[in-house]
Amino acid sequence: MSLSIVESCVNCFACEPLCPSEAIFKGEEIFLIDAKKCTECDGDFADPQCASICPIEGAILDAAGEAINPPGSLTGIPPLRMAQAMAEIQAR
Amino acid sequence: MELKVLGQDNQPSAQAQAGGCSSGTCGSSEDGMNHLPDSVREKVHNHPCYSEEAHHFYARMHVAVAPACNIQCHYCNRKYDCANESRPGVVSELLSPDQAAKKVLAVASEIPQMTVLGVAGPGDPLANPERTFETFREIYEKAPDIKLCLSTNGLALPDHVDEIEALKVDHVTITINCVDPEVGAKIYPWVFWKNRRIKGAKGAKILIERQQKGLEMLIERGILVKVNSVLIPGVNDEHLKEVSKIVKSKGAFLHNVMPLIAEAEHGTFYGVMGQRGPNKQELSDLQDACAGDMNMMRHCRQCRADAVGLLGEDRGQEFTLDKIDAMDIDYDAAMEKRANIHAGIEAHRDALRAEQAENEMPDLLAPVGTPPARIAITTKGGGVINEHFGHATEFLVYEVAPEGVRFIGPRKVENAYCVGPDVCPSGDDKGTVLDAILEALSDCSAVLSAKVGIEPWSRLEDARITPSGEYAMDQIEDAVRGMYGELIEQGWAVKDLNVQAVG
Repeated sequence: MSLSIVESCVNCFACEPLCPSEAIFKGEEIFLIDAKKCTECDGDFADPQCASICPIEGAILDAAGEAINPPGSLTGIPPLRMAQAMAEIQAR
Repeated sequence: MELKVLGQDNQPSAQAQAGGCSSGTCGSSEDGMNHLPDSVREKVHNHPCYSEEAHHFYARMHVAVAPACNIQCHYCNRKYDCANESRPGVVSELLSPDQAAKKVLAVASEIPQMTVLGVAGPGDPLANPERTFETFREIYEKAPDIKLCLSTNGLALPDHVDEIEALKVDHVTITINCVDPEVGAKIYPWVFWKNRRIKGAKGAKILIERQQKGLEMLIERGILVKVNSVLIPGVNDEHLKEVSKIVKSKGAFLHNVMPLIAEAEHGTFYGVMGQRGPNKQELSDLQDACAGDMNMMRHCRQCRADAVGLLGEDRGQEFTLDKIDAMDIDYDAAMEKRANIHAGIEAHRDALRAEQAENEMPDLLAPVGTPPARIAITTKGGGVINEHFGHATEFLVYEVAPEGVRFIGPRKVENAYCVGPDVCPSGDDKGTVLDAILEALSDCSAVLSAKVGIEPWSRLEDARITPSGEYAMDQIEDAVRGMYGELIEQGWAVKDLNVQAVG
C-alpha cells in the first residue's frame, strides 16, 4: 500500500515536508516515495497529503497505479481542449 | 563624488515638495509619492520597483529559492521553465539558501547599483518559509546594505508576519486579484489549506480572508505593503476598482495593476482556454480609474523569479552557479565601493531635481485643448535617452498633454531591430522585427533614441511615428516636452489614443 511519484514531477518540494511518515525524498531526477514508509496518510489525514498539494496532474499514482489527480482535475482545462491546443501549436 | 551638489543631506521629501508640481509631472516624477509620510518615502526612494524615477538608476535581483506553492492560479503553469521566457513564476535554476546568499553577494559586488533583493518564487515564498527566511537571515547578516522584500499570494502570510518583522523585511507585495469569492473562483481553481485541497469559491474565500488579514497585520507593524493585481478582461476588470479602494483604505502604499500574460504555449488555463489579455488602452484606463489619490505603478516589468539587473534587463546568465563559484568576493571592499557609487547616484539625482526646480516650467506646455500625444523613448538607464533604436527591446511610453508629462508604461518587443551590435537584419526578418516594433508603438507619435538608422527611420515615418536622434543624452521628460513642441509646430497627425490594437 503505497503511493508513487512519476517522471512528470517538477521538483517543487511542496509534498516533501507534508508527509506524516517522512516517506518522500529527493531522488536523482525527481522526488520519490519510499513504499515501505508510505501509509497513504491513513490515520493521519483524510486525504493523502502529497496528492493534495501536488500541482501536476498525473504525477502521483495510487497503489493501483491510477493517477490521483487525473488530467483536467487541477487546472480545469478539459483534456480534449488541451490536446487540441497542443496540436495547433505543433502545427505552426 | 561624495560631495552632494546641493550640500544638503539626502531629503527626497523636502526637494520633491520644493519642486512641487512645477515640473508638470505630478504623478510621475518621484512616482507621485508626495502624499506619503516621509518615513515611507525614505524607504521607497532607492527602490527600483516602487519608484519610477529610481528605477532608472538602481537595480534589483530575485533569487529563486521558493519552488513550492500552496495555491493554483489560472495564469500560472508550474511545469514551465525556460531560459528564454520572461514572466513571473519562471526560473532556470533553483537555488539553496546558501547558494542564493552567495549569488547575492556576487551580484552586489559586480552590480553596485543593486539595492534590492526579492524572493518571489518560482512558487510562493511563504509556502517555503524555511528556505525563504534562511536566505534572508544570511543576507541580513552578511550584506546589511541590501533591502529585502518578498512577494506572496497571502495564504500563509498571517503566520509569518513576526518573522518578516524580525528580519527587517520592510517591503511585502501581496498579489490580490479579487475580494469576492465568486470572482476568485474564476481565477483560483484551488488552494491547499489545513491539509486539504479546497476548490472553487470556498477556496477563494479562504485565500481572500487570509490576504486581507495579512495586509492588515503588516500595516499595523509599519511594514510597507504593495498590492499587485493581474488584470483579466471580463473576469476582474471592473472588480479591480473595488480592490483598489479597499487596499488603499487599509494602508497599502502602492497598487500595481499588471496585464494578464496568456499564451496557449504556456499551457496555462487562461492561455489554453483562449482568455485574452488586456490591450494597452484597457490597462492604462484601468490604472487611471484605480489611481484616485493613490499611487499606481506603471513601470512594472513582470520579472522572472530569478531576474538580475535594472528593470527591463536581465543579467541572470552572468551569475549562474558555476560562474559564481569561480568568483572571489571581498564583500567588505564591495560594500565600500557600493556606498561610494550610491553617493554618486544620489548626488546626480539631487542635481537633476535641483535643475528641475530651477527651470521654471510654464504652467501649460501648449494651449488648453491641444490634443495629447504619446512619445516612446529608449534608454539604458540613468534617466536619459541613451539607447540606440536598433538595440532596444523595450520602449518607455510617455503621454504628454498641455498640462504635463506622465509615464504610461513599458512596451517590450521580442527582438531588437539589430541582430548584433553592428549587424542589421536582412531579408524577411527585417520586416517582421520592425512590424512588431511598429505594432507595439502604434499609439505613439514619435520615438526618441540615441540614434535611429535610415531604414527603420522611413518605416517609422510611414507609420506616422516621427523618429528623432536629436535628444540623445537628454533627460527623458525634457526630451518628451521638447518633442511635443516639435509635433505641435509641425501640426502632427493626431492619433486616437482610444483605438488600440491588441498587444
